[in-house]
Amino acid sequence: MADMKVKIAGVEFENPLIAASGTFGFGHEYAQFYPLSTLGGISCKGLTLKERAGNPPPRIAETPGGMLNAVGLQNPGVDYFIAEELPWLREQSTRIIANIAGNTPEEYCEMAEKLSDTQVDMIELNISCPNVKQGGVQFGTTCTGVEGITSAVRRHCTKPLMVKLSPNVSDIGEIAAAAESGGADAISMINTLTGMRIDIHTRRPIIHNNTGGLSGPALLPIAVRMVWQAANRVKIPIVGMGGISKWQDAVELLLAGASALQIGTVFFSNPYAPVEILKGLQEYLDRAGLHSVTELTGQIRPY
Amino acid sequence: MKYEVKLCEIIKKAEPVPGIFDVTVRAGEIAQAARPGQFAHLLVPGKTLRRPISICEIDKGTSTLRFVFQIRGEGTQRLSEFAAGDCYDILGPLGNGFDLGDTSRRALFIGGGIGVPPLLEAAKAFGKNATAVLGFRNAAAVILQEDFEKYGCKTLLATDDGSAGFHGLVTDCMKDEPADVIFACGPAPMLKAVCAAAAQRGIPCQISLEERMACGVGACLGCACRLRRKDGTEYYGHVCKDGPVFNYQTVVWEG
Repeated sequence: MADMKVKIAGVEFENPLIAASGTFGFGHEYAQFYPLSTLGGISCKGLTLKERAGNPPPRIAETPGGMLNAVGLQNPGVDYFIAEELPWLREQSTRIIANIAGNTPEEYCEMAEKLSDTQVDMIELNISCPNVKQGGVQFGTTCTGVEGITSAVRRHCTKPLMVKLSPNVSDIGEIAAAAESGGADAISMINTLTGMRIDIHTRRPIIHNNTGGLSGPALLPIAVRMVWQAANRVKIPIVGMGGISKWQDAVELLLAGASALQIGTVFFSNPYAPVEILKGLQEYLDRAGLHSVTELTGQIRPY
Repeated sequence: MKYEVKLCEIIKKAEPVPGIFDVTVRAGEIAQAARPGQFAHLLVPGKTLRRPISICEIDKGTSTLRFVFQIRGEGTQRLSEFAAGDCYDILGPLGNGFDLGDTSRRALFIGGGIGVPPLLEAAKAFGKNATAVLGFRNAAAVILQEDFEKYGCKTLLATDDGSAGFHGLVTDCMKDEPADVIFACGPAPMLKAVCAAAAQRGIPCQISLEERMACGVGACLGCACRLRRKDGTEYYGHVCKDGPVFNYQTVVWEG
């Protein structure tokens, strides 16, 4: 049996599958289906310095091959997370990643400092949420913005720092390089792509926020392309995500250059997706005679 | 709370009214765990999101669940195309369901259109102590009347055009019906009016809401609804986990 362990920024994960932020809450709901140690890690629901109410409904719209969401970072705030959620999460024998979004660089830095004093394994910098006026994406779409926020947080963060990139940019390679030069230990990509749906009878957007973030299988080829482009530019590890719904998708993203993976939208149709994806991935590795999942990373043979 | 994902064989299917389907499935543990007012999340092959469908009836003896749903879009269209012998992939039972309390009280069940099915199982528990006031567009759209009658409920119809029962709104039809508790499901304007009537008469009232939903279990925070705490402050709760049934006093009507 091939070894499924991966190491990202010095943190060892039992397997390369991590629950993506915003799709998995703080783990309680899916712990009803299987032990959370099934997953290599959990990236928790995006946190802000203060509690956030989130956007008015509707927040969800289905799309061909995917869905839009505009939840708007509804969360109980970083202090609540540390006091009330983290102790239980810590007992689940999986890696815990805190995902943070701020209105200002100071807020990001304050959250990073608070979380650096806790038992979280890693901090994921959310500079790519498309659903709030402030809260990330204004830092995430230019190279100077990405490098600036990353280096600012780096100075306040003693945990491994992963920067989650937005696909709503013209040159993902440049953006990835900016995160690396800002001091990121790893990159996670891609967040949702901004989209919109309109109810043709009422002529109103289906989502109250008008626009939302597209996720689901429709995103997979974009994620594969962007991970490949980023992997060609940076040396730090990439955690790939975007539309993974089966083990073959996971293999594609690893081949494109990812060292670990996040899955999200697939939970909504198939809560057991991680179990099935891990099984398929393990069998693929064994058939290929590989000893470790790490041997797949970047092994694409491009033309 | 315990959820199951299970392939459930369709053992009976009918289309009592064009576009409305009445489907009974063998649901094993899901049926055993189900309570009145809960819902199930049905997988639509090829679709990213499951469809939340309210549970109409629960038969613990045969471990079956009955759903009565209307075609509202591509997802429910696809679900309507399943035949007897096919299996639905069901996640459930989900949500909180109705809090029935003492079933010797006089209960008033107020349903509008496709909001009628989620009331049946709860009405069954009250039997002859239940009065069901069911509203529809017209006589041709009436569903489940015989079912409520079968379980001993006094059943009144109200139609928009007067082609069956009372000519007008359910809230006018229910005016003189005595009640200790109200259970309601239907379109938002109807629910709003029912809540106003409950408040005026000082009767406890539980309402079942719907919202566009993704995970169905409370993880994604997609199906938000505005709620009010005891201290008056407001927040977004979620239909899938905090509901779909709410004490009417906690619901804030928006828009």
